[in-house]
Amino acid sequence: MRAIRTATLLALAAGLVPLAAQPAAAEFITVASTTSTENSGLFGHILPLFAAETGIEVRVLAQGTGQALETGRRGDADVVFVHARAQEEAFVAEGWGVARLDVMYNDFVLVGPAEDPAGIAAAETAPTAMAAVAAAEAPFASRGDDSGTHVAEMALWSAAGIQPQGRWYLSTGSGMGATLNVAAQVPAYTLADRATWLSFANRGPLQILFEGDPVLFNPYGVILVNPERHPHVKAAEGQVFIDWLVSEAGQQAIAGFTIEGEQLFFPAAR
Amino acid sequence: MESPLVTALALLSGEDPALMQIIGLSLRVTLSAVLIASVIALPLGAALALARFPGRNIVIVFFNALMGLPPVVAGLLVYLALSRSGPLGSLALLFTPTAMIVAQTVLIVPIILSLTRSVVEDLWAEYSEQLTSLGAGRLRAVPTLLWDGRVSLLTGILAGFGRASAEVGAVLIVGGNIAGHTRTMTTAITLETSRGNLGLAVALGIVLLGLTLILNALAWSAGQWARGRLG
Repeated sequence: MRAIRTATLLALAAGLVPLAAQPAAAEFITVASTTSTENSGLFGHILPLFAAETGIEVRVLAQGTGQALETGRRGDADVVFVHARAQEEAFVAEGWGVARLDVMYNDFVLVGPAEDPAGIAAAETAPTAMAAVAAAEAPFASRGDDSGTHVAEMALWSAAGIQPQGRWYLSTGSGMGATLNVAAQVPAYTLADRATWLSFANRGPLQILFEGDPVLFNPYGVILVNPERHPHVKAAEGQVFIDWLVSEAGQQAIAGFTIEGEQLFFPAAR
Repeated sequence: MESPLVTALALLSGEDPALMQIIGLSLRVTLSAVLIASVIALPLGAALALARFPGRNIVIVFFNALMGLPPVVAGLLVYLALSRSGPLGSLALLFTPTAMIVAQTVLIVPIILSLTRSVVEDLWAEYSEQLTSLGAGRLRAVPTLLWDGRVSLLTGILAGFGRASAEVGAVLIVGGNIAGHTRTMTTAITLETSRGNLGLAVALGIVLLGLTLILNALAWSAGQWARGRLG
């Protein structure tokens, strides 16, 4: 009796585990990318087109830029697709990546409560808008997570000559969506990439208050993780994905992604 | 915002293949982890209840403390072990359902082990004389005691199941929340919250709670049946 029970248990265990371990698809690559590309739905739009053409499945990790580059550095992704040019170039220079290619761009926007207590809508440049927030000590929600957006925000503070600190400066340490959820509740100003903003459903009192300064330009680059550092990297398939992204077909797929008629990303491959 | 309850019902009736896949993966991962953890922790917990060795109290306190292991820490440890730059990197398990099972197993072994130890210790205190007179040694008494304590042990296993099915920190780190591959109910809820789709997030939460309720009802019925029929 006991032997039968044990046998049943073992059989159950043997049955469940392989089920969960799912047979891997014929071919797949892992791409470490950012929350803005995944959460906005861009990958949901372009990856089926890529898979139909090449038969390669792309598994996307939606991380912040800092975390995505670390994932690549550890060899846990084949390709990184992020938006913080200085870090990307360092990643390649240190030998973790093969080369960085321009793929697309969009821009950052400053959002905040509609009544605009710091009056940033009238600002001439993005740094003066940030300075107005600091001067008014109006709540500002920062990503605080070393993401591409956080890096861009810190560059704006630095251009304004301000070290943001104080009770008005809220470092959430979270993704763009989580930070927008905080900003909508406080309500607070925050810097967001336009793609996440357009696809974000819980805006509350927030709206775009400042946009259009060229310093808010937000370029995305793609990098193959260096197979010399990590021999298991699927370099051939990863390169197929990169080549497709910068090809005519890939660039058209990116340009064809819209939300409510608005284009979210603009092709930038040369 | 549409009522989340309405959304939840629509989700379930709409035959959404992505949702069905997410529910299936959640159940497979959690049930596998519970099964593996039980196979490890039930005999070890019983052995710890009966064995006497130097440092036993330290081991007991250690496992009791591990019941409070934060999921994100368990996830991080498994991540570092399974990463390509880690000691088990060559297995290529990171960002797979198997990695998620490993992380949840790490998380719930201490729970099932500690509760088993407590149950078996009490039973041993009650029955040690009888068992000894029947010629059963301490370790040979383990299967008997586990069988006698099965109804209480089921509660420990359910506690493990509850912790595994509810946690998000570990599966998010080692699974990566990859659409169609490692996305579970809890990581999907986190994702929809971050997209500002709070109604959909709550609806997914209602579905998850419903599933947990059904599984607990089944387990409870099994316990009642075992008590009435055999106990």
